[in-house]
Amino acid sequence: MDAILLQLLNGLDKGSAYALIALGLTLIFGTLGVVNFAHGALFMIGAFIAVSFSKLMEISKITIDPDKVDFLGNPAKIKTPYVIEWFGNFGHWLVEWSVPVSVLLAIPIMILIGIIMERGLIKHFYNRPHADQILVTFGLAIVLQETIKLFFGANPIPQSSPDLLKGSVDFGVLVGFAENTIIYPLWRLVYFCFSAVLIASVFAFLRFTTFGMVVRAGMEDRETVGLLGINIDRRFTIMFGVAAAVAGTAGVMYTPINPPNYHMGMDFLVLSFVVVVVGGMGSLRGAIAAGFLLGIMESFASMPLIKDAIAAIGLPSIDQIIIYLVAVVVLLVRPRGLMGKAGVMEE
Amino acid sequence: MKLMNDRTLLIIFAAFVLAAPLIFAPTGAAYPDLLQRFAIYGIFAIGFNILFGLTGYLSFGHAAFLGVGSYASVWMFKLLTMNIIPALILAVVMAGLFSLIIGYVSLRRSGIYFSILTLAFAQMSYNLAYSVLTPLTNGETGLQLRLDDPRYLDGASVEGTLPSTNLFGLEMKEVFWNPNILGYDLQFNYGYYVCAVLLIASFYIAMRIFRSPFGLMLRAVKTNQNRLRYTGINTRPYTLTAFVISGMFAGLAGGLLATMDPLAGAERMQWTVGGEVVLMVVLGGMGTLIGPILGAVFIKYFENIFSKINEGVLHSWFAIMPEWLDNTLVAIVSPFVGKGWHLTLGALFMIVVIFLPGGLVDGAKRIGGWITGANRRKAKAEAE
Repeated sequence: MDAILLQLLNGLDKGSAYALIALGLTLIFGTLGVVNFAHGALFMIGAFIAVSFSKLMEISKITIDPDKVDFLGNPAKIKTPYVIEWFGNFGHWLVEWSVPVSVLLAIPIMILIGIIMERGLIKHFYNRPHADQILVTFGLAIVLQETIKLFFGANPIPQSSPDLLKGSVDFGVLVGFAENTIIYPLWRLVYFCFSAVLIASVFAFLRFTTFGMVVRAGMEDRETVGLLGINIDRRFTIMFGVAAAVAGTAGVMYTPINPPNYHMGMDFLVLSFVVVVVGGMGSLRGAIAAGFLLGIMESFASMPLIKDAIAAIGLPSIDQIIIYLVAVVVLLVRPRGLMGKAGVMEE
Repeated sequence: MKLMNDRTLLIIFAAFVLAAPLIFAPTGAAYPDLLQRFAIYGIFAIGFNILFGLTGYLSFGHAAFLGVGSYASVWMFKLLTMNIIPALILAVVMAGLFSLIIGYVSLRRSGIYFSILTLAFAQMSYNLAYSVLTPLTNGETGLQLRLDDPRYLDGASVEGTLPSTNLFGLEMKEVFWNPNILGYDLQFNYGYYVCAVLLIASFYIAMRIFRSPFGLMLRAVKTNQNRLRYTGINTRPYTLTAFVISGMFAGLAGGLLATMDPLAGAERMQWTVGGEVVLMVVLGGMGTLIGPILGAVFIKYFENIFSKINEGVLHSWFAIMPEWLDNTLVAIVSPFVGKGWHLTLGALFMIVVIFLPGGLVDGAKRIGGWITGANRRKAKAEAE
């Protein structure tokens, strides 16, 4: 039982990342009808906003320590980040909490990037075939990823979470198991909570605001909303920005879990597409549900108990390919996805 | 008015391909390894174009068939003989079988679903080859020839070196003619000519498919699949055939890659390789006969040239300019060359998709029309 719970928890953090990217993809597809292959790149850009911010915070003034020498006999250098020199304790706090703080920074930047992307490029592709949209966003993804590689290099850049959230939590004790059965890194729990809040706020935004109502109406019938004298295009552009911000902040918060590198976007994109397709193209709830479902299934397939069971019936281990298998089965049995609406991208 | 008929096109193409070691000499690309890659990726792109160019089904998973072809032929080298004929046959057959299975499943959906399904299959095959199927694929290390391989037809090699691939005794790597023409040191090797003959054959097959009623049906699928369905035609057998044909071409290309260097690794199956062939076909001009080959040569050529340019080379180019201008130019250009080649490729690809959806072939046509005045005549005819 505790092993099952542990795998469930393990699946949650990856599932959260899948769900957040898939949510953004679905938002863009549902509003603008565009398949965005560059969405993974937005996730990656978010991660690199966190990297840049923490690098910025660590720019240091170098002073020479009068008392100590290093092993070569040169005077030892002391690095004091400027923010600490200027702001004292607040500076310390900024350096330590750079990852969560860069979420605040990432939101406006990502919205801006999203809007520029939509107005500058994707706008011109509404009337072109889906294949062209895929191709141009695929090209954009390559350009973005190579640009990041140019500035940050090809190696992963590890980021650390704040000291307060660094340890692990004995989750088992909280729910009544023996001690030390379910140890879970705290930051992953934070990531899950963060994504839950983000998802809830996107849904609340669509549900309870006038803006969200208009957007939902536009998703149902864009033309009629336009005929009512509402500038639906502008609202959809803003939704593109929101989707970009969701992907970007998901990327920021993911950095302590997985050191960001330039191709992380593509790695996640392929899986997120599978998630969107399994959930049902155009269904927001489907994207969330499928994201968590596939994340959890992935972690269960790598569980030793299940691995042994599969090996016992003579099959090779499937933990590497479970997601794709699920996708194939779902598409064959229920072609429009788990929660897909009839008539959305049937062809 | 047609520029030339098919037979002339084929003859010109064949002459060009056969004379390629001579023609490419001034461009610095005339060494066997690169020429062979041109031909192999040309075959890959021709096959992909039969699917994507004619039916409009955009597959991101053709790398899987390339990989299957490579693995199949390396196994033939290991088990049977170093002669390339059985290896290529098995590569094509295996890739055909694989594409039949994958195509049967993927083609139940179309549009974006199809693209994602093929992507999922390619990634799945890659992961399988990398981990689970290690006994067959040798996992991370890749499948290689070994001295103690049985090679039942050749018998065990005695001399203690790895045998090389051959065609009835003609070694693929062997340079059979090494003349010096116009100051260029030319190398003609058997490997390139095997690839060249197969490239011409592939081109001919593609041409026949383009002109056949079957090709017409595929174009109809691209234009309006629904209308075809309403007239009572089941389109799936046609699209599946196209998918399998393109998969077999990919398998042939994979087999040929293995004849160049008898080594097959899982990274050949990664979906970025499948993405590359998409770039080739779109860049060259999808749905045209010559476009995919043009795209393949273009990408492989510039990949080779661009990735060799470093800052030192750039400085020597701009040496005549004043120093500040030299430095600025180098600073501007250097991100796009050397290791930044993929950035250039991505940017170029975007520009082509945005402004020139017909690819290089379309661009050439437009420039040609502009020079000969055909555009003006056409506009005039439309105005009347």
